[in-house]
Amino acid sequence: MTGALLAAARPGFKTPTIEDFQWPCLTPNWKIFGFGLCVNREVLLILLAGAVVLVLFLIAFRNPQMIPTGLQNFMEVVVDFVRNAIVLEVIGHEGLGFVPYLTTVMFFVFVGNVFGIIPGLQFPVNSHMAIPIFLAMMTWVLFNAVGIRRHGWGGYSKMVLFPAGVPWPMYILVTPIEFVSTILVRPVTLSVRLLANMIAGHLLLTIFFLGTAYLLQPSITALFAAASFALGTALVAFELFVAALQAYIFTILTAVYLAGALSSEH
Amino acid sequence: MGDVIGMLSAGLLAVASTSVVGYGIAAIGPGLGIGFLVGKAVESMARQPEAAAMIRTNMFIGIGFVEALALFGFVLAFIAK
Repeated sequence: MTGALLAAARPGFKTPTIEDFQWPCLTPNWKIFGFGLCVNREVLLILLAGAVVLVLFLIAFRNPQMIPTGLQNFMEVVVDFVRNAIVLEVIGHEGLGFVPYLTTVMFFVFVGNVFGIIPGLQFPVNSHMAIPIFLAMMTWVLFNAVGIRRHGWGGYSKMVLFPAGVPWPMYILVTPIEFVSTILVRPVTLSVRLLANMIAGHLLLTIFFLGTAYLLQPSITALFAAASFALGTALVAFELFVAALQAYIFTILTAVYLAGALSSEH
Repeated sequence: MGDVIGMLSAGLLAVASTSVVGYGIAAIGPGLGIGFLVGKAVESMARQPEAAAMIRTNMFIGIGFVEALALFGFVLAFIAK
């Protein structure tokens, strides 16, 4: 802590900023229908995250055994966790059809987050708004579609905008609030939560390890480099925890929204 | 007293930009909220250990909602220079 503060106060130390999240294009400036196509490190990491999820599930369940071993055992724990601790707990038995989607989303978010602490990759995929907002839009479309399919357009709008058990003059207040909080704010909070956690984590790690490198010079400050490095190392473990927790929260909130759209009384 | 606060805030603004101070203020409410939330959840888990799984799920949902407010402050600290 002290080390990083000293480093920030001394002239010559460049503190990491939000601009450090921009990667240069690796390809020439291709255009597709007028849209720029820029393949940079972020894009490669997204593709890698997708490939890791795909390959892990394919290998684990290619030849499923009655008595699972190794990787199959591990992946069954993941699926089991989503099924029992998220879907059955939050939605109930009618939500069992969502287990594959929720498992995939949770695993993709987790792999994308954990790229932030894997040596060599060291960049969380979800620290660019494009990925969390896309995942949140998928959740948004899914829970609205499920609600409309279950209750019909009129029934679903009535359920969302005019909650039962409210005296009618209160609808002047309640209806706009419900519309904003359910339809507009949900995808924003869902994506910003994941994005901000990943940006904050990446900035923390960057500042402590840059601080270590900066303080490691032949002077008295080299003593503080050890403190900076120790805290940075502890934060790597903390980031692993955050990566898992954010994947869990993203999945469980998707499940909560689905449960809200499926519920009959609400 | 007012002078001290004025000097302190002037010094703070010299070191950090306003948006960072704003983020600090934005973190107070969610900090209190998560403290209460988890404290109450642990209390009820200790009182009724058989309901721990259900309480933990709901605790995380609540944390997710409360935490979003602090993170909005964090993001706005970057957007508003």
